[in-house]
Amino acid sequence: MAAPHPLSSAPVPSRLQRFFASEFFHNYRRNLSAVLGSLIVLGFLFMVTIGPFLVSQNPYDVAQLDLMAAFKPPAWLAGGSSEFWLGTDGQGRDVLASIVYGSRISLIIGLVAMGGACLLGTTLGLIAGFYGGRLDAIIMRIADIQLSFPSVLTALFLMSAFGTGLDKVLIALISVGWVVYARTVRGSTLRETQKEYVQAARVSGLPNRKIILRHVLPNVLTPLIVVATIQVGTFVLIEASLSFLGVGVPVTQPSLGLLIKNGFDVLFSGLWWVSIFPGLFIMLLVFGINLLGDFLRDELNPRLK
Amino acid sequence: MSNSEQVSSPLLRVQELRTWFHTFGGLVKAVDGVSFDLAPGEIMGLVGESGGGKSMIGFSIMGLIDPPGRIEGGRIEFDGRNLVSLSEDEMRGIRGKEIAMIFQDPMTALNPLYTIGNQIEETLALHTALSARERRAKAIEMLHRVGIPQPEQRLNHYPHQFSGGMRQRVVIAIAMIAKPRLLIADEPTTALDVTIQAQLLRLMRQQVVESGTSMILITHDLAAVSQMADTIVVLYCGRIVEKGPAEAIIARPRHPYTRGLIDSIPHETAETDGPKPRLSQIPGNVPDIRRLPPGCAFAPRCRFATEICRTTDPVLAEQPAGRSSHPHAVACHHPLAVSP
Amino acid sequence: MFGYTIKRLIQMVVVLWAVSVLVFVMMSFTGDPTFMMVPLDATDEQIAQARRILGLDESHLVQYWRFLSNIVQGDFGRSFVFRQPAMTLILERLPATLEIVFLAMVMALLVAIPLGVYAGANPKKPASRAVMAGSLVGISLPGFWLGMVLIFVVAVKLQWLPSSGRGPTTEWLGMRVSFTSWEGFRHLILPAITLSVGTLAILMRIIRAEMVEVMKQDYIKFARAKGATAKVILFKHGLKNALIPLVTVFGLMLGDLIAFATLTETIFAWPGIGKLLVDSIYRGDRPVIVVYLMFVALMFVVVNFIVDVCYALIDPRIKIK
Repeated sequence: MAAPHPLSSAPVPSRLQRFFASEFFHNYRRNLSAVLGSLIVLGFLFMVTIGPFLVSQNPYDVAQLDLMAAFKPPAWLAGGSSEFWLGTDGQGRDVLASIVYGSRISLIIGLVAMGGACLLGTTLGLIAGFYGGRLDAIIMRIADIQLSFPSVLTALFLMSAFGTGLDKVLIALISVGWVVYARTVRGSTLRETQKEYVQAARVSGLPNRKIILRHVLPNVLTPLIVVATIQVGTFVLIEASLSFLGVGVPVTQPSLGLLIKNGFDVLFSGLWWVSIFPGLFIMLLVFGINLLGDFLRDELNPRLK
Repeated sequence: MSNSEQVSSPLLRVQELRTWFHTFGGLVKAVDGVSFDLAPGEIMGLVGESGGGKSMIGFSIMGLIDPPGRIEGGRIEFDGRNLVSLSEDEMRGIRGKEIAMIFQDPMTALNPLYTIGNQIEETLALHTALSARERRAKAIEMLHRVGIPQPEQRLNHYPHQFSGGMRQRVVIAIAMIAKPRLLIADEPTTALDVTIQAQLLRLMRQQVVESGTSMILITHDLAAVSQMADTIVVLYCGRIVEKGPAEAIIARPRHPYTRGLIDSIPHETAETDGPKPRLSQIPGNVPDIRRLPPGCAFAPRCRFATEICRTTDPVLAEQPAGRSSHPHAVACHHPLAVSP
Repeated sequence: MFGYTIKRLIQMVVVLWAVSVLVFVMMSFTGDPTFMMVPLDATDEQIAQARRILGLDESHLVQYWRFLSNIVQGDFGRSFVFRQPAMTLILERLPATLEIVFLAMVMALLVAIPLGVYAGANPKKPASRAVMAGSLVGISLPGFWLGMVLIFVVAVKLQWLPSSGRGPTTEWLGMRVSFTSWEGFRHLILPAITLSVGTLAILMRIIRAEMVEVMKQDYIKFARAKGATAKVILFKHGLKNALIPLVTVFGLMLGDLIAFATLTETIFAWPGIGKLLVDSIYRGDRPVIVVYLMFVALMFVVVNFIVDVCYALIDPRIKIK
């Protein structure tokens, strides 16, 4: 056995202290893009929670709209007003306020759909990997066929069948998003069930449900962190595409994508701010998420290091 | 091979070489103040446990140390030129032509997408002005020499169509085809089947002896070295603990570490029916090279260690006893007595 | 090789069959197309008659059987809107889509391969980091929004290129194409750029990742030990190994381009199958949606088959069983 460590009398560092001393945290601090990514994401989280209290109007309260203030350019351009930093749209809606409300919808859709896809995909992946056999074959065949179709196209078809609506967007995104979890989880479950401790648990008669939850699940979760992070960004983009095509969220709950669509009609008249700014915010949000995802992938996947 | 008494200038003279790696966990002094000479035609065994920095000496000579590694100091004189100060372009002209290298794993050293003929001829294309036809002829001849049957046909085959042993023969052919003056073989047989190891070592020895090439055989297998090498350098934690003529080191090791390595070789007498002597093992493991203890790095594992070993670095000093043309040097405060 | 081909053909048929089931189930969701066909003031009698004509009064199984046998015979039904065979509509508009997809693909490859190889071979250099940051922006922005920015800057403000439509076309190999005339080509540029950016960024990242992985391999170090020049190491030993996996993503790449063509064509009013699809979804033109789906599925399946064969031809390690 190892000799007693000379420093063993020192107080045991807390979990948090260990985290701050870890290589992970060290690399994080030195990685400019990881810090930038988390700042962007935190900024968005801040904006969608506190933002509605900070902007001058609720863009969906008709009483607060002033048609006289329609199509005002951003504040720094001639004719702009300091009241509307990023200008207004055709109904006199503050573009910035619309973006704050729209980001909320986009982000909620991305996060909730990610959660749903993760839950569904992980469950199916665990079942496929743990039980194998015909169930496994069916689940993975469906996954294969679905993967050969681009997600946007599949989501578009689902939406054309369901019709517009927040709930339907969520269903469509979950339906295209579960596959990646199922495949990852199935792979690691297969590897994990080969290991002795799972075999031992099986022999000792522990019910399958307990084996899966207690022994397999915790060991297959790490790779999902990266997938889940990046998927939020992907979902925000797909949702934007669907809404832009008019088969996404309803006009009463406009996401960033729908804001772009609404602004597209007036783009040719030179009123660019109505559509360009919401797109810029989508880009910023997804960029931040991807920066974070990239860093996590490099850190959590030792093969790439 | 140690019989030539003439004092020729060495082909390779490594002086105080230091190759360090700057990693997150700390500074790894993979090679820390290593010096040795290699005469033309000499075969030198570079021995030590894995993780002892042996390979990094080979890569330092080749100029193939990648970040976070760096050659921090010392000289590598090859044929009078200091390789450490050469430009990448000058170094490129030496690699493959003057100094060739054989890697540990023949399964990964060959590019899977090109025929072995292509890969053998590549060395010639890089360093000679031979025509395609001449290159091909040479490649066939070389494959023949390393014992690959039907070389004309085999030339058009891809690496995955060869067994591990055959691939290592191909690697040897690639290394030897430009007639280098120094061959560095980095654990050339470790990845192979035991039955093939001896064959390949014989083949390599035959190749270098025939062409007068010097060789550095990097290995953890002291038994292999004892059969092949003229001189032996024993490395521990990036430093030389003992060096000298092969027979002297095998017969009269002065450093407890070398002694431990020798004692852990299965004896050849094991083939006879007599009672097999128990193999002894060096207790403990190679320490974390980032946190070496002060004094002799081997002290924590050494039976003979005393207070001085834990405080003061031993110096590599020639042993007056058994003085020959090749000095036998050891870095130990308590060198073993020459056993009868 | 023959056995393999047969096996793959059977697989292809199974996939297409599965797609047909999915399409049918989904289309049964989309509501009753009868009301597309009858006047608003139609009596119950007339509605019932229309349902009989459409075959909607029968069980789902019978309907599916009719649907499948029609498809097999190449009859995909007529568009409710255009009163033409849906397949004809698709085939008419296909060249327009293929044109921007093909151009976008070429542009993506031409830019992504050199940049990806460079970034992968020199991962620490500032220029490589810039390339990677750029590619991350590329995958983070909504492609259709980029198209709008291009329209606004290049077409509306600078007026260098046209903002929408296809421009003049000429007959080429039996298809109507725009790239043969200068004016037609000018119409092609912005949609193709818009379409290519996302694919370009993804490709660049894949190539870089492969290249980084390949450059760590022993055979690269062995090539260096042979004294190979940087050029030989990069292009002979590195690039080929890094590009082989690229062949396998070709199918996915094509899929993405076809998918995002729906958005690009919508923005640029480009009369391809993507815009046809979006329009048909608006109009509830079910037969056109069905044909589009089946057609695209067939295309993917065939392309993936070709990709697998090419992969086996390029990589000597793979033997077709």
